[in-house]
Amino acid sequence: MVRTYFLLAWTWTRAAAAYRASFILMLVFGLATGAMDVAAILVVFANTDALAGFTREEVLFLYGTASLAFTVCDTFVSNLDRISQHIKAGTLDTFLIRPVPAWIQIAADRFVPTRIGRVVQAVAVLAYAVAALGLDWRRAWMIPVMIVTGIVIFAALWTLAGALQFALTDAPEVANSFTYGTYQLNQYPLSIYARDLVRGITYALPLAFVNWQPGLYVLGRDDPFGTPGFMRFLGPAAALVLALAAAAAWRQGIRHYRSTGS
Amino acid sequence: MFGILRAYVLIALWQARPGLAGYDVTDAVTYCFVTQAFIGPMMLFGGGLPLPERIRSGDIALDLVRPASLQLWTLAEDLGRAAYLFLVRGIPPLLLGAVLFGVTAPTSPTRWAGVLAGLLIGVLISFGWRYLVALSVCWLADDRGVAVLSLVLTTFFSGMMLPLHLFPGLLGELVRALPWASMVQAPADLYLGKAPVGQTLALQAFWAATLFALGLLATRLVRHKVVIQGG
Repeated sequence: MVRTYFLLAWTWTRAAAAYRASFILMLVFGLATGAMDVAAILVVFANTDALAGFTREEVLFLYGTASLAFTVCDTFVSNLDRISQHIKAGTLDTFLIRPVPAWIQIAADRFVPTRIGRVVQAVAVLAYAVAALGLDWRRAWMIPVMIVTGIVIFAALWTLAGALQFALTDAPEVANSFTYGTYQLNQYPLSIYARDLVRGITYALPLAFVNWQPGLYVLGRDDPFGTPGFMRFLGPAAALVLALAAAAAWRQGIRHYRSTGS
Repeated sequence: MFGILRAYVLIALWQARPGLAGYDVTDAVTYCFVTQAFIGPMMLFGGGLPLPERIRSGDIALDLVRPASLQLWTLAEDLGRAAYLFLVRGIPPLLLGAVLFGVTAPTSPTRWAGVLAGLLIGVLISFGWRYLVALSVCWLADDRGVAVLSLVLTTFFSGMMLPLHLFPGLLGELVRALPWASMVQAPADLYLGKAPVGQTLALQAFWAATLFALGLLATRLVRHKVVIQGG
């Protein structure tokens, strides 16, 4: 299955490379879109030393972890949100009759390799933040764990959003506000948000586990909202529950798909 | 949704530094939701024009033989779209912001007149820019690369991400003079009453005229250059 995925991805890469000038521009400016968020953080911290009690390096650390998880998913599974177009046009039928799982095919649909530039950028920011913070290595083991957790959570969100399109048919914005919204949310320390909002994204949808809860552990800080210490380690469990829910929803969606078109 | 997140970032910043850039917390929140209302009418994330698709499919040939200016024709369509999106995508975020956080509104009718004028010129500037971006497809044959460039320039240098007053030193001076500032920052400042009306409108008008002239030039070049695709 992984092999099929990369075969499809390679096909789309060659298709995108046919427009050479655009391909190179995409690569360069893909980096620029990522740099824009970092620039925003730097501009904010040109005006203040601390935002809701967090320093510039701490915010860059939270940004870097969220960003790495997000950009990996953005590169490899984000094309799932194109499913709404396929449902509307009836072209999903072709995906379903091929001997490869539809999820794999749609995740690789119109794959653009240039997004990998953003992954590199996220790694660079994270590396800078980790170096600048001088983290305690007895706590830093959490960093890879939280990134994998983040990737699973984002992939599950994209799958959920895709599954939702079977019911909504033409509302990719809904999907975007799930995934991009979560990413935006996790770029800054959650302590800047209202208590009820943070409660919602901790207990109802486990978005706070992408980087906030484990991040607090790595940074050795207490939660400003006062959640107990064991919550810092619940990330993988929360991600697993969300992934199972997403898989179930996807299956339901495929099962209830009714083709359109003439 | 995104407006709300942005509002929280600005609130946190203004709580750490009250009175920054001459705004108080309410001004900052208002700024956030006013600029959010601009996204639809000004298509700040790019697109909105049918041109790239028509150039790629070859339909542009039909548009070029029509006895009407391609630029004005597209502008007319775009203004209609902007007016519609102003109603359906512009008003709701402002109301949402007012309910959730509380926003200020201009009190005097003259200030409202300034805001509306600024908004209209802002839409014209946004059209001028997107028109140039769309025509670039004639030379590049694919619009995705330029679209990303345009997205970066527009969201960052217009004041959409953060008010341009926060940009430090020389960079700040530069970005406030560029055309993108005239799209978002200028009308938003007119709304908040933080900018001299005459001067702001004059700078906006200058950019609108410049971009329109460039558009005219590009249209002329395209007439000679265009490659009709398809069969």
